[in-house]
Formats: sequence, structure tokens, C-alpha cells
Amino acid sequence: MTATDVRGLSIATIADGVRSGKLRARDVTEGYLDRIARLDRALNCYVLTDAAGARRRADAVDAARAAGRDPGALAGVPIGIKDIFVTRGVETTCASKILRGFVPPFESTVTQRLADAGAVSLGKLNMDEFAMGSSNENSARGPVRNPWSLAHVPGGSSGGSAAAIAASLCAGATGTDTGGSIRQPASFCGVAGMKPTYGRVSRYGVIAFASSLDHPGPFGRSVEDVAALLEVMAGADPLDATSIPAPVGRYRDACRAGKDGLQGVRLGIPDEYFTAGMDPEVEAAVRAALDELARAGAKLVPVSLPHTKYAIATYYLICTAEASSNLARYDGVRFGHRTKDPRTLEELYARTRGEGFGLEPKRRIMLGTYVLRAGYYEAYYGKALRVRRKIADDFAAAFTQCDAIVTPTSPIPSFRFGERMGDPLQMYLADVLTVAPNLAGVPALAQSCGFTKSGLPIGLQVIGPPLGEEACFRIGGAYEARTEWHRRLPADSAMSGAEVAS
Amino acid sequence: MSRIRPEEVREIATLARLDLSDQEIERMTTDLDAILGYVAALKDLDTSAVEPMTHAVPFDCPVRPDQVGTSLPIDEALQNAPRREASFFQVPRIIAPSAGDLPSAGGTSEEES
Repeated sequence: MTATDVRGLSIATIADGVRSGKLRARDVTEGYLDRIARLDRALNCYVLTDAAGARRRADAVDAARAAGRDPGALAGVPIGIKDIFVTRGVETTCASKILRGFVPPFESTVTQRLADAGAVSLGKLNMDEFAMGSSNENSARGPVRNPWSLAHVPGGSSGGSAAAIAASLCAGATGTDTGGSIRQPASFCGVAGMKPTYGRVSRYGVIAFASSLDHPGPFGRSVEDVAALLEVMAGADPLDATSIPAPVGRYRDACRAGKDGLQGVRLGIPDEYFTAGMDPEVEAAVRAALDELARAGAKLVPVSLPHTKYAIATYYLICTAEASSNLARYDGVRFGHRTKDPRTLEELYARTRGEGFGLEPKRRIMLGTYVLRAGYYEAYYGKALRVRRKIADDFAAAFTQCDAIVTPTSPIPSFRFGERMGDPLQMYLADVLTVAPNLAGVPALAQSCGFTKSGLPIGLQVIGPPLGEEACFRIGGAYEARTEWHRRLPADSAMSGAEVAS
Repeated sequence: MSRIRPEEVREIATLARLDLSDQEIERMTTDLDAILGYVAALKDLDTSAVEPMTHAVPFDCPVRPDQVGTSLPIDEALQNAPRREASFFQVPRIIAPSAGDLPSAGGTSEEES
């Protein structure tokens, strides 16, 4: 058995190599399993590694090719699955104690589509419990560490996905983004990720946090890798009533079109996203990226999103209301944790939930219950739904003047463990530039656009109109063709054998 | 001055069927107070003429033919149940053993299986 050196490999390199017979899927999989065995003790990206299953799937891809069958568009591409995606026969916990031991009897649409395309799942990726968090410090399985600096958070909630891509512990990954949970960790870890239009990717089998805001999407090292994954993940699904029936775009072609420049493309630059309190190194890197896009031929036009300052408040009222309702199902009856010897049904519910949920889900259930209770509903939840429309209207108005909006992904680079845990409001504000696209349901792409002097990644965000994924990919592809940031890799030596700070 | 009192936090915890320790009640009181203070900023915005937006993308509730499909076998559907009996999920008794004599706390002790 040989293991391919997989550090920094692109999805296209793997899939084309396996499809043409230059690479064996099994060797590629061994390459990633080897890296996981060496590096993941320090990083903690995976909550479950399924080496035997991965080898079996890789062998099946090689066998399909040997038999002359099409091994799929993602033939032999090793991927990691955020532990919020339900996987048949493989424990799925949402990084929560309350779901420990849950082995789903069904498979999410997204993971089924990836498997059908020949992708090889290596296991389940760590995350903030129930996708609630911006630093991965809320995982019941311990925090993920940032491959660029083990003392820094990887972002959240899809921190395991972003860090695993950065460290070459998988070639592609799934994530979910309710208020920035794909884009912010992508930014903190120097990788690419997309939150597509609401309904573009099926939510079937994605454990619900806030149903009107949850967006499944892909992570990759480059925008082109993200495009390849989204082409497989996206599409209508009879099992998700909110999935959009429109045909899936040609996202890889859109990336390639970007290489020819951005003539005729108008990029909206909203002042409201270059706020006071923005890290100066982040601002400088993003301004430089805007200059690069202008040199590629794009026209930069000022646009205004005047209700941006209300986005965080609106978001936390809606997401907690929906979460308090969605998390009612964890009651110790059908799956997961159940308290010992409850005397009554009431006691079974309350004690099971008190024991099983971590602090952040409890906080959000409490806030959500508060804002939905009789007498408060209109003042809080009703008000937030109205402001949500104002925020969506801002985007609709801006897109009459531009083809896409370009902003920083996060106003700050990654922060140190513990720095924001004491103050939930400070943590919530980490999502200040990512929540509005969730409220409006518009697609948004995150990609690397530089590093701070201390070596922490900085991210660029490209927001498109509804179903405007191709516009995002064209712009992201143009930037990627003209820069080298996405080729930078964290040093393995910094991740292995290093002292792990707590 | 404070927007939420510990007694109110306890009430909400009961509504949410969430057992919280005294320490957690204290922490939630502080945290919810801060968050409610922050979200109060929405009150400044006039939204009297704005329709609530419950979903980002307007969609019609799709219908499908009413046909019997395949469903999970009972054993698979129950495989994750912490307690089951025959083809049912098991919960503590909620109806008193003798008719007309409902227990005050909603049930009797869960029987060990």
C-alpha cells in the first residue's frame, strides 16, 4: 500500500487523476488518513474518523474505474463531513452530549449526493455544539485549533471543516452557515467556502438550528474546489420543501471565465461594511483585493446597505426563536441522552435537557423562549421579522446598481482561545459582516485575501443576488487567478508535536 | 434598571423544559439582560408599514401525489430510543394505574426495564 503525498492537492487534481488512472483513490485516501493520524491529535478537527469505511469507499471507486464504469465527478476525492449532517450508520452528534450515541437510520441528501459522485468520506468534523458559536469553543468534544496558530480559534461554527481543509486533512468538506458559520471559519483558516442561496442546497438530513437561516454549503482550498463541490451538492430535492427547482449553475465554468477578467462587472462596495473597529491589517488587505479586482477590469461602485447596523440584533432574535423550537425535539424519548430514573414526564424532559445541552444552546433556548412567549412575541420576534425585510430590501436595492457586493468576511483575524468566551455579546458581534446575507438568503463566497504580519489569514467576501452563485464564482475565480494566497499552506511542523496550549 | 429578573428566568426555564442550576440561572440572568439591552436598538426603527419576512425565498407549499411510499422499518425507527417497549417509545407513566385517580405531579416513577 502506498500513500500519495496529498498536502495542498486540489480537488481537480485528485478527481482528474483518479478518473484518468494516474492516481489510485485508495492511495489518495491513505495519504489523508496518514495526515489525520499524525496531525489531528493537536488540531482536533475530527470527532470521528471512519478509516475502514473510507478505504472501502476508495476501493469501490478504483474498482468502478477498473471495470470501465464512470467513477463520478468527484472520483476518489476525500472529504470531511460536518457532524451536523446525518449519516446512515455513522454516529452523528452535532458535537453535543445530548446526541451522544445517535446512529441515524437515514442519510442527508448532501452526503448522499457527494457519495454518489465518488467522494470518499473520511469521517465527521468537529463544530460548535448545534452550530451555535463563532470560535468552536462550544464543542462538547473540545475545541478545534487553528492550523496557522494553535493558540488561536479556527472560527465557527464549522471550525473543524475549515481547519481540516487548511491542514490538508481532507480535500473538501461540508459545512452549514446560519449566520456566518462557513464564511467566518473559512476566513480565520485561510480557505474558501460558500453559503449558497437559501434553498439552493437541500437541508434534508441537516440537523436543524434555525430553519429559515440554515444554509448547507461547501469548503475547499480554493474557489475552484468550492465550485466543484457545489455543482454536486446543489439542486432541487423532493425531501426539502424549501429547495429551489431552478437548474444548477456551471460554477467551475464561471471560475474559469473569471480568469479572462471582469470587464463589464460592477462591484458594489458598501461603506457600512468598512466599520470603525475593523482591524487595520484586515482593511488594508481587503482594499488591496478591491484594487486587484479593479485591475482585472471590474468597476467599483459605492452602494449602501443602511440597515446593516440592525443585522446582529435581528439575527439573534430570529435564530434563537427558531432554535428554541427546533431543539424541543431533544427530550430523551426518541434518541440521544435520557436522564436516569425520572419520576414524571416533565422531569424526563427538563432533566434530560439540563444535563445534555451545553451553555450556549441553553442560552439560545432561553432567549428564544423569552422572545416567543405570549405578550412579548410582537415586540421582539415580530419586530425582528419586519427588520429582516428591511435588510433584504437593502440588498435588492443595491443589486440594481451592481452585480455583486465585495466586503471583508470578518472585521478581525482569528482571536485567542478564551478571549471572547466570557461575553456572549462580544462573540455574537464576531458575525457582524456575515449575518445579513443569511437574513436576505443571498449567496456569499468567502476566500483568502492575505495574512496579518503575525501570519493569520484574512478573508474576502463576495455577495451575490439570489441565485447569483455564478457571479460570485466568476469574481472569486478572477481574484484567485491573479493572486497566490490560496496556495499558502500552514507548516506541518507547527501542528505536529507542538505544545498544545489550553 | 435590569430588564430581566431571576424569577422570570426561572419561569422561562420551566416553559423551555430546561433544568438549570442556581448558578446557571444567575449566569442566564446577566447574559439575557445584556442581550435584551442590545436588541432594544431595533425599537428605534419604524417598521409599521413593513410586512414580516418569515422566509428569505418566497415558496409555494409544494404538493406531491398521496401515495404510500417506503418507510423505515419499526426496529430501525426505534433503534436510537433510550427506552422502548414492543413497537413504542417508552416514557414515564402519565396516566394513573386506576382510573379517575390522576397523580398530582403528572405521573409515577419510571419502571426499570
